[in-house]
Amino acid sequence: MAEPFLIGQDMTGGYGGADILHSCTIAVEKGEIAVIVGPNGAGKSTAMKAVFGMLNLRGGHVKLDGEDITRLSPQARVRKGMGFVPQTHNIFTSMTVEENLEMGAFIRTDDCADTLAQVYDLFPILKQKRLQAAGELSGGQRQQVAVGRALMTQPKVLMLDEPTAGVSPIVMDELFDRIIEVARTGISILMVEQNARQALEIADKGYVLVQGANRFTDTGKALMADPEVRRSFLGG
Amino acid sequence: MDFLNALVAFLNFVFIPGLAYGSQLALGALGVTLIYGILRFSNFAHGDTMAFGTMVTILVTWAMQSVGIGFGPLPTALLALPFGIAATAVFLLLTDRVVYRFYRQKKAAPTILVIVSLGVMFVMNGVVRLIIGVDDQDFADGERFIITAGEFKTATGLAEGLALKTTQGVTVITAVITVAALFWFLQKTRTGKSMRAYSDNEDLALLSGINPDRVVQVTWILAAALATIAGVLYGLDKSFKPFVYFQLLLPIFAAAIVGGLGSPLGAIAGGFVIAFSEVMVTYAWKKVATYLLPESMAPEGLVQLMSTDYKFAVSFAILIIVLLFMPTGLFKGKSV
Amino acid sequence: MNTRNLILFAGVAGLFVLTGFGWSWNLALSILNMALLSSIMAMGVNMQWGYAGLFNTGVMGFTALGGLAVVVTSARPVAEGWAAGGWTILFSLFLGAATIATAIFLYNRMPKGRPRALTVAAVLLVGLFVFRHFFDPAVAAVEAFNPATYGNIGGLGLPALVAWPVGGLLAAAAAWAIGKTALGLRSDYLAIATLGIAEIIIAVMKNEDWLARGVKNIIDLPRPWPVPYEVALQQNETFLGMAASWGFNPVTGSTITVKLLYAGLFTAVLVLVILLSELALKSPWGRMMRAIRDNEVSAAAMGKDVTRRHLQIFILGSAVIGIAGAMMTSMDGQLTPGTYNPLRYTFLIWVMVIVGGSGNNWGSLLGGMLIGWLWLIVEDLGPGLMGLITSGMADGWLKSHLIDSAQHMRLLTLGVVLLLVLRFSPRGLIPEK
Repeated sequence: MAEPFLIGQDMTGGYGGADILHSCTIAVEKGEIAVIVGPNGAGKSTAMKAVFGMLNLRGGHVKLDGEDITRLSPQARVRKGMGFVPQTHNIFTSMTVEENLEMGAFIRTDDCADTLAQVYDLFPILKQKRLQAAGELSGGQRQQVAVGRALMTQPKVLMLDEPTAGVSPIVMDELFDRIIEVARTGISILMVEQNARQALEIADKGYVLVQGANRFTDTGKALMADPEVRRSFLGG
Repeated sequence: MDFLNALVAFLNFVFIPGLAYGSQLALGALGVTLIYGILRFSNFAHGDTMAFGTMVTILVTWAMQSVGIGFGPLPTALLALPFGIAATAVFLLLTDRVVYRFYRQKKAAPTILVIVSLGVMFVMNGVVRLIIGVDDQDFADGERFIITAGEFKTATGLAEGLALKTTQGVTVITAVITVAALFWFLQKTRTGKSMRAYSDNEDLALLSGINPDRVVQVTWILAAALATIAGVLYGLDKSFKPFVYFQLLLPIFAAAIVGGLGSPLGAIAGGFVIAFSEVMVTYAWKKVATYLLPESMAPEGLVQLMSTDYKFAVSFAILIIVLLFMPTGLFKGKSV
Repeated sequence: MNTRNLILFAGVAGLFVLTGFGWSWNLALSILNMALLSSIMAMGVNMQWGYAGLFNTGVMGFTALGGLAVVVTSARPVAEGWAAGGWTILFSLFLGAATIATAIFLYNRMPKGRPRALTVAAVLLVGLFVFRHFFDPAVAAVEAFNPATYGNIGGLGLPALVAWPVGGLLAAAAAWAIGKTALGLRSDYLAIATLGIAEIIIAVMKNEDWLARGVKNIIDLPRPWPVPYEVALQQNETFLGMAASWGFNPVTGSTITVKLLYAGLFTAVLVLVILLSELALKSPWGRMMRAIRDNEVSAAAMGKDVTRRHLQIFILGSAVIGIAGAMMTSMDGQLTPGTYNPLRYTFLIWVMVIVGGSGNNWGSLLGGMLIGWLWLIVEDLGPGLMGLITSGMADGWLKSHLIDSAQHMRLLTLGVVLLLVLRFSPRGLIPEK
């Protein structure tokens, strides 16, 4: 079996103190959506941050497209083609929508007008509000700006930390639709989600983490069908 | 009632001086607010940075004068200004490399950085006094007036004269150009935008691949330019004295805080609020009132709210009022 | 007290002894007295910064208020000045205070909105005019009386020692007013606010001639018990006898005796301050203070009234600075508002605290003595030293400029010392335990 496009394998580590992750493995294939779910404090966000290089691993490694990137800084990983949308503080509130997107493309030296047009196509509302300060937008629109900003580097993998936290169910559905659209363009998606049921519905691959370790790993559909997963993590 | 003469007196004694002083404060406050926005500490050495930049400019001005270079009716110091800015920028970049960078990498608390800036303040203070001494230096040359009071009176036939000093005109025009250039830089250029992004959300800026070292360097260069320009304009308008520049720290910080620390627009507004309040509260309104009121009601006293010696008290009082009632300033600044 | 600290203190003591033997004991004692006073001020700052993390850059203001207290308490009353308008001035000051109190009362009581803003503004404006109506003529009357010598209302004529605690009280009262308005602010805002207040205090003292003659200065303030005047000593039979039998010059001897007595008084106060603050620091109150400094949020969550504690320590620290300021003016025998400079009276004290080790009284003492010595020795010996260095140079503009500017070297030196300590020994010479 060929190695997945992005894989964090047997990751062990934490933020300096006790380990939070215990030999945890997360992977995503090209153009697919992988979702990390689990109870509070299971280390979901930590696992994602580990893949992105925001904490030092004591064990395990991270590989992108076959290349070992375990020692790279988050900034270097952005250059390698990884996009990251933090859970909070993920936009420049005092800058306009368009400036937010431009800042997303900061590392690019080529013309980013095409990518900008693509992002506007994906999120038409952003085009409408492109000269407005991002901080004045609604919660869902802010998330679109945040995702759009990360897309501006034309990443091969997009990582989203709870993109639907704090938005209404309708907005959540719309965001998920957009995320599926992004995946269809060939970008791999790795996301952490609190709304496990809806997220697993769109996931090609699901990871259920408990206490920093893999508990269940399967396709989204299979996990949804697994009675034990349903009972323990999806509320019946 | 003599409305025209009252207006001219007002323009001559309140509006024009306030406008010039406000421009100088605004430029100073812009430097303070930029450093606060990007480097996240209150730089107590800013007054002395102004003194340093002005000192270099004065020295270059003297050198130019001695070889006969002049700027026609305008002060020669304007020609020397770029040299002052360059020297100050080098000095600040060096200071950052030797002093501030260490604390930035350690992520030291803002208060520690303020104390560090006190150390830098002492050093700069010493350097300036060592080189140019503590005395007053008058380095304005060229035409003294654009319009003198006498010319104005003969031209208009009014009893009240309006004098416009060259330095006042130069101050306002230079300030407008500087502010326009700064805003163009911050709003339109890639580097300027990256600075705003860094100031807005440091972590996300790093994620976006913005190089923090470059942002910091550009900030120091801008701070050097703003401080030097503000210092030279103030020195041309009044005179250069190292200790006075140190004391300018207070109205400058008052302006930056009143406007909202971290907000460039606020710094400008704050500069004018402080300047006009200082001038208006300490101006003796007798003349204006005498023109406006009927003779029977003409005031006997000076109609001065406070003696000019208390101008610090004015900027300070406004500072306190703003901090108590709107802690983030007129334009929403940061409250880290 | 461990060996390292003892060596440090012995080293500083050695500097003073060296100054005594190398130059003159007179100079050594002058420096010692100023260093002792600076150390007390440093302890005041240390209480605020080291114990509570309050960033007070208004040290100069509290020092000056202490000096003012000496004039108010121990200067000879000027009866004619009082008669001319002293009581009216007091009355108008009372009116001013009442106006501000009314405005604050109304502000707190009235519902938020336009009527409140207008009423408060109206009260303040009317109050200002009424105040000026009584104040201005009274001040003019007082200042008109013999302006070359007086032009003020003078003091109460009490003994100079009484003025020291009064200096503390005056500084404490000012600190209360400042603390009430500014202590809720962020640390660097507090710094700016206190810096401004200090400038205002100096401005008031420079310009309100009726109070302490402003920049015309007050001289001949009485000496504190038991310090005699040199002239009196030189005519004292016992003293002359001692001079003859021990073989010292009565003139030099008298100045040294006076300075030694001051040094004794200052040391007594210093010991008292250290003793009390060490006791306070070890008490539950001191532990709570440090808990608040180290983690304000959790201390507040545990039900500690952080702002109130901050106000307490701010007042205490400022009072200590005020006492030191009063002692300094007593020693100088004159109040000269024009000489107060924030570099010397605020930031230098800060350098002492940081270099000595913030959070530690012994550190402040060491820092005060060391930096005080350094500051004053350069003032006295800098030009000579620079003369020595430049002796090989041809006479001319550069040489005289260098000799003139030698005293500015100390600003530079101190800045470098502060930066070096912050970088390589951020907890100071004697770190907090």
